[in-house]
Amino acid sequence: MSSFDIDNPAPPRRRPWTGIERAFAAVGLSGRALVIAAPAIWLTVFFLVPLAVVFGISLATKQFGKPPYSDLLTTEDGTVQLTLHLSNYVRLFTDSLYVAAYLNSIKIAFISTIFALLIGFPMAYFIARSSDRWRNILLMLVILPFWTSFLLRVYALTGFMRGNGVINQILGVFHIPPLVMMQTDFAVYVGIVYTYLPFMILPLFTNLVKLDGALLEASADLGGRPMRTFFSITLPLSMPGVIAGSMLVFIPAIGEFVIPSLLGGPETLMIGRVLWDEFFTNTNWPRAAAVAIAMLVVVVVPIMLLQKAQDAVQDTARAK
Amino acid sequence: MRRGWFLPTMAILGFVFLYAPIISLVVFSFNESKLVTVWSGFSTKWYGELFADPQMLGAAWLSLRIAAVSATIALVLGTLCAIALVRFRRFRGRTVLSGMVSAPLVMPDVITGLSLLLLFVGMESILGWPAGRGMLTIILAHSTFCMAYVCVVVQSRLADFDMSLEEAAMDLGATPARVFFDITLPIIAPALVSGWLLGFTLSLDDLVIASFVSGPGSSTLPMVIFSKVKLGVSPDVNALATIIIGIVALGVFAATIFQLRSRPKKARA
Repeated sequence: MSSFDIDNPAPPRRRPWTGIERAFAAVGLSGRALVIAAPAIWLTVFFLVPLAVVFGISLATKQFGKPPYSDLLTTEDGTVQLTLHLSNYVRLFTDSLYVAAYLNSIKIAFISTIFALLIGFPMAYFIARSSDRWRNILLMLVILPFWTSFLLRVYALTGFMRGNGVINQILGVFHIPPLVMMQTDFAVYVGIVYTYLPFMILPLFTNLVKLDGALLEASADLGGRPMRTFFSITLPLSMPGVIAGSMLVFIPAIGEFVIPSLLGGPETLMIGRVLWDEFFTNTNWPRAAAVAIAMLVVVVVPIMLLQKAQDAVQDTARAK
Repeated sequence: MRRGWFLPTMAILGFVFLYAPIISLVVFSFNESKLVTVWSGFSTKWYGELFADPQMLGAAWLSLRIAAVSATIALVLGTLCAIALVRFRRFRGRTVLSGMVSAPLVMPDVITGLSLLLLFVGMESILGWPAGRGMLTIILAHSTFCMAYVCVVVQSRLADFDMSLEEAAMDLGATPARVFFDITLPIIAPALVSGWLLGFTLSLDDLVIASFVSGPGSSTLPMVIFSKVKLGVSPDVNALATIIIGIVALGVFAATIFQLRSRPKKARA
């Protein structure tokens, strides 16, 4: 970068921000520091500290009063005492309800992710390989549901799957007896796949659209059958998209509350629901906090996988 | 590669799966009968009922105000964060900042909601602020997760930004702030608009976090819808959904056409 010395520079137009900038400079704040500090402070207060508070309260016990948990720090005869209870965590491992809920959440999230991948991959591939004009329209059709309310889409599914719902009425036309879909695990799978499908398709599309067509042609020229080409070229090259999309479905599905409570039955145990009930029904805040910390432990590895995969998707997008 | 029948069939089935429930929801909002799934004649009475329901209207108004304020706060903070991450390549705590801003994107809602509630309760007992919970606490919570989305959108726009424009302005003697407002801001404006809209819709849509951090008397629209839907199907929710889907469809449609129109010009330049 170079700067020019012009003998008669045009007088700079005065704008309000020139004044603001001088004011900040006068108290020794550079613009750069402010740009970093504002979001950093906000996120520390409203993201990092709350997680620490959850951890702290998970070590307390329930008590009646306001707030409904015991103090960690107490002063007795002038000395500060720190009381930590591990009972909440012990309960998580010994009470079969919690263990079952965790295992069931992982199972439901995993199976839903597989189905979302099986449905989303062909869709993303089809969109990536269609002509420019169609590609934009199809992408819009994928993004559109993402902008409409999540809650209302889950509600739309209840109208579709209930006893006298659309599916059973169509089956009735063919004299097929109605299926029981609502309040089953099946409905929860459908709900998760339905609502999170755009999250699967978009990273896959970003990845697949950059796929080098010459590689596929080369494989076909060398006699590779379509299946072989797919499994030895397309799939390996789209791995970052597969992982990013899968994690974007799996991670939120683990903690899902709305879908199991609207579509699932009373026996559909999921950890998000357990946390909700601990908090709202039992008002056991420390127990709910322990459930949250344990849930965080479950999603930490998927989050790290996601971060890596997203960087890889970005890199391939930039390389082109 | 040969074009087989497999991909088109799967794609069509996929889109049917995505749209059939929404279309049936819209169709049955014009149904006469209270039985949402049995057609008994065209009627707009559920729309009338919706607009005569003070609880729904009050909740909708509260949600709209919360969404507007949250999206605006998120826009400012998310943009600053994106600038810091894209432009200031190296600074202390960059990894921490990048992690903190992207974590809310995937954090399960129940954890975000619970952690913020516990923070607010703790802050109230130590600092006396925020006093009680309601609109303010919901705005603080929504701003935090919306800024993550704004940051992602703005970051991708900044990443393919032509730096020579800014350099030219600085060479001509513009101050950094002036460069930002006169050059950078107009160029990233489309990302800012979509970031704000994304924040607005996400805030309008949130049930779980709002349920944790709201107080008595501040029920947002999703909270009212959820309690109605839990009790069973209600046709006025269909009517409300149709209105929301209509607005969103128009908006996304307009944005796509706008993008398609402006593309050839860019290619020529």
